[in-house]
Amino acid sequence: MSPRTIRERTLAARFRGLTALPTMMRIGFHEAMAYRAELFVWMLTTTMPLVMLPLWLAVAETGPVGGYDGDHFVAYFLVAFVVRQLTAVWASYTLNYEVVHGTLAMRLMRPVHPFWSYAVESLSAIPLRLVIALPVSLIVLVVTAGRHLPSDPAVMLLGLLAIAGAWCIAFFANVAIGALSLFTQSSLKLVDAWLAGYFVMSGYLVPLSLFPPAIRDLPNWLPFRYQLGFPVELWTGALDRDAVFVQLGAQWCWVATLACLAAIVWNRGLARFSAVSG
Amino acid sequence: MTPGPDIVVSKLRKEYRVAKREPGFAAAFRALFRRSYEKVVAVDDIDFHIAAGERVGFLGPNGAGKTTTLKMLAGLLHPTSGSCTVSGFVPRERRTAFLESVTLVLGQKQQLLWDLPPVDTFELNRAIYQIPRKDFDARVAELVTLLDLGDLVNKPTRELSLGERMKCELVAALLHGPRVLFLDEPTIGLDVTMQATVRDFVRAYNERHGATLVLTSHYMEDVLALCPRILVIDKGALSYDGSVEALVSRVRPDKRITARLAKPVERADLERFGVIIAHEPTRAVISVPQAELAERAQAMLASLPLLDFEVASAPLEEVLSELFARTRAARESA
Repeated sequence: MSPRTIRERTLAARFRGLTALPTMMRIGFHEAMAYRAELFVWMLTTTMPLVMLPLWLAVAETGPVGGYDGDHFVAYFLVAFVVRQLTAVWASYTLNYEVVHGTLAMRLMRPVHPFWSYAVESLSAIPLRLVIALPVSLIVLVVTAGRHLPSDPAVMLLGLLAIAGAWCIAFFANVAIGALSLFTQSSLKLVDAWLAGYFVMSGYLVPLSLFPPAIRDLPNWLPFRYQLGFPVELWTGALDRDAVFVQLGAQWCWVATLACLAAIVWNRGLARFSAVSG
Repeated sequence: MTPGPDIVVSKLRKEYRVAKREPGFAAAFRALFRRSYEKVVAVDDIDFHIAAGERVGFLGPNGAGKTTTLKMLAGLLHPTSGSCTVSGFVPRERRTAFLESVTLVLGQKQQLLWDLPPVDTFELNRAIYQIPRKDFDARVAELVTLLDLGDLVNKPTRELSLGERMKCELVAALLHGPRVLFLDEPTIGLDVTMQATVRDFVRAYNERHGATLVLTSHYMEDVLALCPRILVIDKGALSYDGSVEALVSRVRPDKRITARLAKPVERADLERFGVIIAHEPTRAVISVPQAELAERAQAMLASLPLLDFEVASAPLEEVLSELFARTRAARESA
């Protein structure tokens, strides 16, 4: 085979996941349906924003807190719940399982980059998650009468990009941390550490603008905010178009950084894995 | 025309660094700060060629290096030194064309989606390997018929028996028409009938498609039934490469005569025919030099009250044990 043919076929392999995507998504959806009971139980574990909501509503009874009134809290935490549903990724758990049980070998023997299949596993569960997320979105609209939705249609369009960016951050962080198991056999404790950072610094439990002034800027320099807080603020009308552009830029810088990190950890991890265990 | 080598292995070596620790709390504490390692040679500079379409079996005890060699050929493990090529590809580069031309079946790992019917895994592989729909349908039909799977492919994988799952694994692994098959313990845990089905199927696939087959198995029957050529690996080194018959002639050239007797015969009366391997009142197994087989057999027929008489080679297990013992003795004396 000539070097040119090899180059062309290698390039084709990179995008093979794209051509196989519709079938992979369809099979992935069937798999999500098979695990629907487990999925719904898992969704119950992501209801923390719904738990935080009554607490903050109670605090806001005597008056707005940091600019948030009752309506605003309802919109914020319900949108946070929806964004969490749409950006859930569990590739780090899958990777850890496959490394420990040796089933990664079967994935590696397929002529499609494993990143595609990990991505599809998470993405194909979104339709099922929408079964919960869509009614919740409707509740936000009815309860707040649309008062906290962005008024600028361009911002709404950018909001879709912000959710895609949030998913990408979750995905590449998951792959990067999961791929560390190729070095250490298990990286689940690091997954816990990432989740701890996410819960505190993303705006999942507390809107970031309510942070004490001394640490209010800190989340801007970490990826967690762009995984949840930023899209939630955007969809609750807290950001104007200029602010959205700035934060979208920062978000996609994090996407690029984490994508590079995931690729590096994966390639090095795989070389080590192939050197010691296969 | 003799086909050229499909698999070329030259001075292939694989070493592992294994952490070593003494038992006990103090050793565990010391290991926190200072670990000691030892080098384990899993595959020790082996060389061999396999021609296109050949069926070759790796034999050896547990930990001999069979699966490590197979994984290096499949590109899952990187060699420490030496080289191997499969159909002209360097496996560790894992090029798409290489992955499309080989398949790996691990008896203890599965690619079938657990909660979905096997047809969904087949469909997934169709998309990933970009198999045209017409070819895909024809191949599924052919493989399902050959393995007599019928409607089983529509049942969730979790509801299939181990044997049914392995048959479906084989379909999933062969849909893309691989030219090289790496099978690691494909019949492990299967009952005797299912083992025979899998063997027949693999042989039929090899004959129909001219695919190269590399097999490892602990079941001698698998290797005997499928592989005209065997590679015996012990402690990472290649101790034999050739046919089963030649191995038996080389290591245990004597023949075994199993005699079933109409009435009890004393051991002393049988010893003049050869070395007694087993003796019961009305049954005896006697080892006889191959060159004197006809003469001794005639003598037995003439002088013993025989009901039944059978001549065979020494069992392969015994031949291999003898080979391993000789190789180790030679290594130790060296």
